[in-house]
Amino acid sequence: MFGFLLRRIAVLIPTFIGVSIIAFSFIRLLPGDPVALLSGERVMSPERHAQISAQLGMDRPLIVQYFDYLGGVLTGDFGSSIVSKKPILEQFWALFPATVELSFCAIVIAVALGIPAGVIAAIKRGSIFDQGLMGIALVGYSMPIFWWGLLLIILFSGTLQWFPVSGRISLMFFFPPVTGFMLIDSLLSGQKGAFASAISHLALPSIVLATIPLAVIARQTRSAMLEVLSEDYVRTARAKGLSPFRVVGIHALRNAMIPVITTIGLQIGVMLAGAILTETIFSWPGIGKWMVDSVFRRDYAVIQGGLLLIAAIIMFVNLIVDLLYGLINPRIRH
Amino acid sequence: MKYKLALAAALLSATFFASAASAKTFVYCSEGSPEGFDPGIYTAGTTFDASAHPIYNRLLEFKPGTTQPEAALAQSWEISADGTVYTFKLRPNVKFQTTDFFKPTRSLNADDVVFSIGRQIDEKNAWNKYIAGATWEYADGMGFPKLIKSIEKVDDLTVKVTLNRPEAPFLANLAMPFASIMSKEYADSLDKAGKKEQLNQMPVGTGPFTFVGYQQDAVIRYKKNADFWGPAPKIDDLVFAITTDAAVRYQKLKAGECHLMPYPNAADVKAMKADPNLQVLEQEGLNVAYLAYNTTKAPFDKVEVRKALNKAINKKAIVDAVFQGMATPAVNPIPPTMWSYSKATQDDTYDLEAAKKMLADAGVKDLSMKVWAMPVSRPYMLNARRAAEIIQDDFAKIGVKVEIVSFEWAEYLQRSKDKNRDGAAIMGWTGDNGDPDNFLDTLLGCDAVGGNNRAQWCNKEFDDLVKKAKVVSDQAERTKLYEQAQAIFKKDAPWATIDHSLAVVPMRKGVTGFTQSPLGDFTFEAVDIAQ
Repeated sequence: MFGFLLRRIAVLIPTFIGVSIIAFSFIRLLPGDPVALLSGERVMSPERHAQISAQLGMDRPLIVQYFDYLGGVLTGDFGSSIVSKKPILEQFWALFPATVELSFCAIVIAVALGIPAGVIAAIKRGSIFDQGLMGIALVGYSMPIFWWGLLLIILFSGTLQWFPVSGRISLMFFFPPVTGFMLIDSLLSGQKGAFASAISHLALPSIVLATIPLAVIARQTRSAMLEVLSEDYVRTARAKGLSPFRVVGIHALRNAMIPVITTIGLQIGVMLAGAILTETIFSWPGIGKWMVDSVFRRDYAVIQGGLLLIAAIIMFVNLIVDLLYGLINPRIRH
Repeated sequence: MKYKLALAAALLSATFFASAASAKTFVYCSEGSPEGFDPGIYTAGTTFDASAHPIYNRLLEFKPGTTQPEAALAQSWEISADGTVYTFKLRPNVKFQTTDFFKPTRSLNADDVVFSIGRQIDEKNAWNKYIAGATWEYADGMGFPKLIKSIEKVDDLTVKVTLNRPEAPFLANLAMPFASIMSKEYADSLDKAGKKEQLNQMPVGTGPFTFVGYQQDAVIRYKKNADFWGPAPKIDDLVFAITTDAAVRYQKLKAGECHLMPYPNAADVKAMKADPNLQVLEQEGLNVAYLAYNTTKAPFDKVEVRKALNKAINKKAIVDAVFQGMATPAVNPIPPTMWSYSKATQDDTYDLEAAKKMLADAGVKDLSMKVWAMPVSRPYMLNARRAAEIIQDDFAKIGVKVEIVSFEWAEYLQRSKDKNRDGAAIMGWTGDNGDPDNFLDTLLGCDAVGGNNRAQWCNKEFDDLVKKAKVVSDQAERTKLYEQAQAIFKKDAPWATIDHSLAVVPMRKGVTGFTQSPLGDFTFEAVDIAQ
């Protein structure tokens, strides 16, 4: 097992270096000079430009800048934002829990609704339920997130006033972050109503972010269930006189879940992309919004640092998954 | 089940709305996150609204609703006869805010002023590079490092600033957010603790509100400064709820989640005005959008050609299409709210036949040109491409073929100032300090050719007038000089002036005491809310 672990870690090193090269170089391929953007319409003199470039170390050859950056990263220094001048790592950890919290709630909604919808559609194949559910799923999948989010805000917040428009918690609650996860921090704060407020703020953005994964999961579950329901062992189970619930719930669904779980895993990546728009529209202070703002400002330090940190986290999660596979199925270790 | 869900939702929202209506807590739905809390090292209005205005004061400040500097931390000042020595008398007993992280032991004195300005102009100052990448864009842009010869403490309440040359806009420059006065005692304590960077994160000033906390990209909290030297704020707590999308800000305002919002979508203004729960303030912004010809390139080096093209632009159509009426067609290069604005200037009337004839008389046939459209929305020009399309359509009517070009914003800024630029560029400007010099010399002076002067226009007569106005301290005399300069500008037509946008501020009914700033600042020390 130890050898397996070492092999997996050895694979991660070139991956990490590759990601760092991509993160470092791609943003620099885009047109736009971050130093010139600092002054906006107010033109900066060439001397001043040269002075600031030197101060930020941007006057050196790219290769020198890269190795300097990599050296910093290996010692835990991801640099500071060109715009806000704040350390990248500090900003990332302040914002990351908000994105995780939102994505987690969205995936829970997508799974909790998507799988039953897919199962019902498969069992009632060709019926009005099937067509209705799959029609809704198709609409959900095609929905532009930005428009959908705004529509929900106008209806449920603006008109019906059931939910707050945006933010993570009511402004009346003020407590220092402990974990960064508002649901947990609101409970820890002991303030009456804080948890309910955090839930009400999380509802709409979670629904918006869950929409596309929900549609994908529902469609995937339906197709996997249809395949499994036509298998011989399902027919045998029915012939044995098992209740429809046992046939579907125990025999069919467990086998249909394999491709669905793979889909759920893939949707987590999709969700990060969706979080960028969802966070923007709901003023959700997460890393998606932070990264997008930084792209517009050509804040190289934030973009490369943010990308690298996200990639590192995904690589770490994959490493854990690989190790778990190895534990469950020893053949994989070899 | 359905009923239970609805009830739960109602209870949740009731919890929220009860909270939003907390007594004397004023919620401002701000449009973005502050870059930090040291106004010296930033340039964005969003940052100044969150730092300079609530937390700090300056020696002079703009009188609310005007661009006129008035006494603030400096109670009075004297200017030497040659206009190079300014002696400021500081207001006594001005206390710095007491916070959880700093307890001041003394009142404001000259050391604080010398520290606050000195760190921005002297590279050797220990606070000049107190955080990685710190740059002093505004101090540098206003020429402070070269302009200020020395800044000295005469006594505890007297500061002497000596300039290398007379500079009429100097007092207005000192009223700008970047010149905010900080506590040297606080800075020293941070230095001692090895936490210099906290100056930018946990601010202490003399302003009407004390900083309480900032949750990145989400909320900034302040409380009333009980020791404020000016009239006490009427609200107890001030909260900035950061909401970047204008449509969402509007929904929050409608739902009562905030009391006031900046920068609404032009398309929403009509509905806001019709909403009985809202009130809408309007004021001409201190800005201008223009089409800058490259006056060094044929045929745009001919005044007749530029004048002909100016006569073919339907500014009213641009104002209607781009701003839904929330702007006024521009006549002069400075906005009407600015002192010295020339009412005598006659605009080029929209007359296609006359324009066609003028082009023919100038010997220009089958002209093809590029019109550059900015890729971003700015307060003075919400949609440059739409404006360019209207210009393209207008010019086609006089036989001029237009190709619209655009670049990514940083590229646009860079390329549009190129002396060899091919075509006319849509650009604009928002005033910094309310001084006409900040428009006329900055955008049209000969020194700015190849830089801010995107028309590459250098007219000696114009330049002499604006340079002279810069060193004269009498405002009436300066006004005359600027009026003459505007006449020359209009005659020579280096730009087609397009519009001055209206600044629109929607707020809840019951909000009182808010004054719109022509400089676009949002300040809340005089604001009150009905209970």
